[in-house]
Amino acid sequence: MSAIIELKDVVTFYDLIIALRSISISIEQGSITAILGNNGAGKSTILKTIMGLISRQPSKGDINFLGGKIAGIPTEQIVRLGISYVPEGREVFSELTVKENLLMGAYTRKDKKGVKKDFPWIYNYFPILKEKENQWAGTLSGGQQQMLAIGRALISRPKLLLLDEPSLGLSPLLVKEIFNIIKAINKEGVTIVLMEQNAKMALTISDYAYILENGRVGIKGPSVELLEKKEVRELYLGIYSGSSRNRYQNIKKK
Amino acid sequence: MFDFVQMLVSGIASGSAYALMGLAMVIIYKTSKIPNFAQGEMALAPSFFAYMLIDSYHLPFYIACILTFGFSVFLGCMIEIIVLRKAQKSNVLGMIIITIGLEMILLGFVSWKFGAEPKSMPFPISPYDSIPMKDLIKGTDLIIGTLELFTFTIALILMIIIFLFFKFTKFGIAMKATQQNQVIARAMGINTRRIQMMTWAISSFVGCIAGLLVSSITLHPYMMWDPMLKGFSAAVLGGMASLPGSIIGAYIIGILESLFGGYISIEFKSVVSLMIIVVVLCIKPSGLFARHYIKKV
Repeated sequence: MSAIIELKDVVTFYDLIIALRSISISIEQGSITAILGNNGAGKSTILKTIMGLISRQPSKGDINFLGGKIAGIPTEQIVRLGISYVPEGREVFSELTVKENLLMGAYTRKDKKGVKKDFPWIYNYFPILKEKENQWAGTLSGGQQQMLAIGRALISRPKLLLLDEPSLGLSPLLVKEIFNIIKAINKEGVTIVLMEQNAKMALTISDYAYILENGRVGIKGPSVELLEKKEVRELYLGIYSGSSRNRYQNIKKK
Repeated sequence: MFDFVQMLVSGIASGSAYALMGLAMVIIYKTSKIPNFAQGEMALAPSFFAYMLIDSYHLPFYIACILTFGFSVFLGCMIEIIVLRKAQKSNVLGMIIITIGLEMILLGFVSWKFGAEPKSMPFPISPYDSIPMKDLIKGTDLIIGTLELFTFTIALILMIIIFLFFKFTKFGIAMKATQQNQVIARAMGINTRRIQMMTWAISSFVGCIAGLLVSSITLHPYMMWDPMLKGFSAAVLGGMASLPGSIIGAYIIGILESLFGGYISIEFKSVVSLMIIVVVLCIKPSGLFARHYIKKV
């Protein structure tokens, strides 16, 4: 299997503040890759850098998508290459209808008939959107907005789908539903990059994972292995094995 | 009864011109959050351009009009590319000052080129043509100016086109999307810079038509000052970001102004619109038709 997108030593600044310090990530075609990390570790920044949404960034490093360099080219063109982005906190166009939102997702597509045919495909994943087709997106609930955001990204028929914290602010049941849909989308051949704080969920559905710490890649490996790794379990999954709790108690006793 | 209906009609006619100015301002405000105070002069310059084509180059009126439309679109694009795109980093107040500056530059240029004395536009319909309507309502006769009817019709057609454009075309919806969230619009693959430019072009075109309609009555460098102010009042009345709101606002102002002029005082007619603004902003600061949406987390 080959890499669909590769980040090589990418450095990104927000003005004078460094957000990514030499990040190298390679994502396999057809996989689900999870990128985990705490607040401020640089998860969203990676996606924004890939999408070219931070002006004049990355300041160093290369991003290759399907063999071509995409670092520094305008966002509109990156989207046309087949990358689609679900932003953190949904960010649907609240004063456009659900249908119009989806239409904007398909903005880059020239085949009108194909877009029309894809509406039922999206509604198949998210039946609720069909029901609320002509309602303003701002009137939807948080979960429905998340579905709309994913549908809006999907209708451009991307090769690579970038998801920024799709579980944010959703009930556990809804999170499960969304993650099942993400899996199903992946089965159709769309490569998925998933930024998550919900580490357990993300590690269960992903094939490979990176854990970011302070703008660097800390730990990486196949998700199954990371799930077993002690430091991951303690720091990100909150599962303590007996020995470490003892150690903590020992410290306390002193 | 006769007087009242007559005043209503002339109020609707002047309301139409205000509505176009209001629409032009709202279109820009919606995408860039700038109240464009240069709108009046952006309509003034094309009007004088048309005058120049007809007067100096002896072009037929309709050809001059078409060229003028092209000129107004070009002017809108240029202002966006040369001035506002470069000024993106400054805040809203800075942008407002820039539009006021632009207004003065355009006004100064037109005054310098054509002089301040009033001219007359060779408009195919004169303000004195009229269509008498006998026995319209139980024996009352009504006189509708041909120009008034023409203004109203053109405004109506343009409003319908704008409405359809924003409702049903991909480009129109993309404009609304850009206005709501520029970053995400870019992430959808929308070229937001081109959208911004087109916004100014469309707005300039709408303003230009208002300018041409006004110039049929009077043509001098300060002619757009009053319609611009009324259009702005209408836009504020409608909530600044609502297209139908600004249209309704414009007709309210046009009609009230006309009635005020007829029954109370013709000298203070122009004050009405400003009075309405003050009252509305005191009672309902978001405008009469603003649909403010509270974002859900």
